[in-house]
Amino acid sequence: MAEALRAYALIAGAWIRSTMAYRFSFVMMTVGNFLATALNFAAIAIIFGHTRLLGGFSLPETAFLYGTSGCALGLADLVLGSMDQLGRRVRDGTLDTLLVRPAPVFAQAAADRFALRRLGRITQSALVLIWALAALKVVWTPADVLLVPVMLLSGAAIFGAIFVIGAAFQFWATDAAEVQNSFTYGGNGLTQYPPTIFAKDLLRGATFVVPLAFINWLPALHILGRPDPLGLPGWLDFCSPLVAVVACGVAGLAWRAGLKSYRSTGS
Amino acid sequence: MEALIRLERVEKVFQVRRKAGRLRSVRSEVRAVDGISFDIARGEMVGYIGPNGAGKSTTIKMLTGILVPSGGRLRVAGIDPARERTRLARRIGVVFGQRTTLWWDLPLRDSYELVRRMYRIPDDRYARNLARCVELLDLGALLDAPVRQLSLGQRMRGDIAAALLHDPEVLYLDEPTIGLDVVSKAKVRGFLRDLNTERGTTVLLTTHDLTDIEQLCTRVMVIDHGRLVHDGDLGGLHAVGDSERTLVVDFERELPPVRIAGARPVKVEGPRQWLAFPASASAAPLVAELTARYPLVDLSVREPVIEDVIARMYADRAAL
Repeated sequence: MAEALRAYALIAGAWIRSTMAYRFSFVMMTVGNFLATALNFAAIAIIFGHTRLLGGFSLPETAFLYGTSGCALGLADLVLGSMDQLGRRVRDGTLDTLLVRPAPVFAQAAADRFALRRLGRITQSALVLIWALAALKVVWTPADVLLVPVMLLSGAAIFGAIFVIGAAFQFWATDAAEVQNSFTYGGNGLTQYPPTIFAKDLLRGATFVVPLAFINWLPALHILGRPDPLGLPGWLDFCSPLVAVVACGVAGLAWRAGLKSYRSTGS
Repeated sequence: MEALIRLERVEKVFQVRRKAGRLRSVRSEVRAVDGISFDIARGEMVGYIGPNGAGKSTTIKMLTGILVPSGGRLRVAGIDPARERTRLARRIGVVFGQRTTLWWDLPLRDSYELVRRMYRIPDDRYARNLARCVELLDLGALLDAPVRQLSLGQRMRGDIAAALLHDPEVLYLDEPTIGLDVVSKAKVRGFLRDLNTERGTTVLLTTHDLTDIEQLCTRVMVIDHGRLVHDGDLGGLHAVGDSERTLVVDFERELPPVRIAGARPVKVEGPRQWLAFPASASAAPLVAELTARYPLVDLSVREPVIEDVIARMYADRAAL
């Protein structure tokens, strides 16, 4: 584990230094990343220009969902976003070059092309979240206050697990990056809106199949003092860390199985 | 002498699925490496040749720990590569001719710096090794260029340097001269020869270019269909295969197939004729006789290619 973190830091550091050699380009890319993700929020703002409530949620409440989901995805994308290149590496054989170096393949694949410009998404989501926290009309209990950082970290871990499971899947199906993207970026698109506007079956799928609901919906419903549209027991609102741990465990197993399969078949 | 690399009946079997009809698929086994045994002593420089798909790369991948063997026993410097991949990685260097082990978008210098820290190379040794590689491989002007901007020959030299910064005991080279121009090939070969004689680094190289083998290796192993069909010196290989060189002669006009002692006509195409003669024989007397008897325009000698050498080995075996 220490070796993996060290290798990750080494490689990511080299990429940051090389990015900083072209500072202007870096600033432009980050601003671009910021603006591209800000468009999502612009869409939400436009909806609220026509209606006061969306699925019963006010603009600050929706912004809270948007900010938490965006920050969680942003963190996972910053750390593990390069994993979706794994299929390409399997196809063109460059995965082999990672296997001949004295560092865990996972850390090398995750840190490759580490892109600091992804801070643009995090910054944009964080600004929306800060505004939402200020504008929300809720009574903050200490538990609620604690729940915010917990849901951000758990959410990032769940998104991260999806990145890794998607990457592991690419050991077998090398062009499956889009499937993973539909769960990560697609999952972000889903969870930035109130759950009340979606069909029940979709919500069930997003709770029990791919645990997107634990990224922000369930803890946020608790903070906002709203009933669960599925009528699930209230204690589930606090289960995000547990779900995150399980998801990461599954992701670890999937990665191991994928790498093992690669090392026995070589393709 | 101590064996640095030892293979005992090593196998690699792949399951291949082939489509048969709309939904059905047929599984079949491909024995890419089929029970290979050999020893390589410390300090040897060995050529590993064979046609495409013979199992060369699969063997290299098992020796580096990329692939796990399906059977047999394999040790490199006493380490089981499949089980202790990262520990082995510190003691071997690997160069893939077809793809770089460098970081594509990083300047060469940054790639080397990353290698230094990843392998935990002591500063003084790193400085010494880098200076030596930069000088001998002529990398000075390239250090600040991103790898993607380098030509194939420059990239190959950069890759070889990267594989040697941590003083590996074994260097594996998979097609190190593929696609290189004559000057780059000569540079790479000269460097490898010095590396082997001066530093005693054990080298195993796969190649399609028999000249690589002739100029570098005292020992050559030939693999075909996953089996080792020859292990000895290159001269022995010529003898085993009784391989032939080819004299390509352009006459002034079309002639019936010429008959001269020591050569047999292979092909006639207008005024051009192909004459095969034993690889061990000299071309000079044939050329002398041809020029004396026929009006020549041009003439060249073709060295045997690996595929021909191996085909001939089989032909001989079948005839026995």
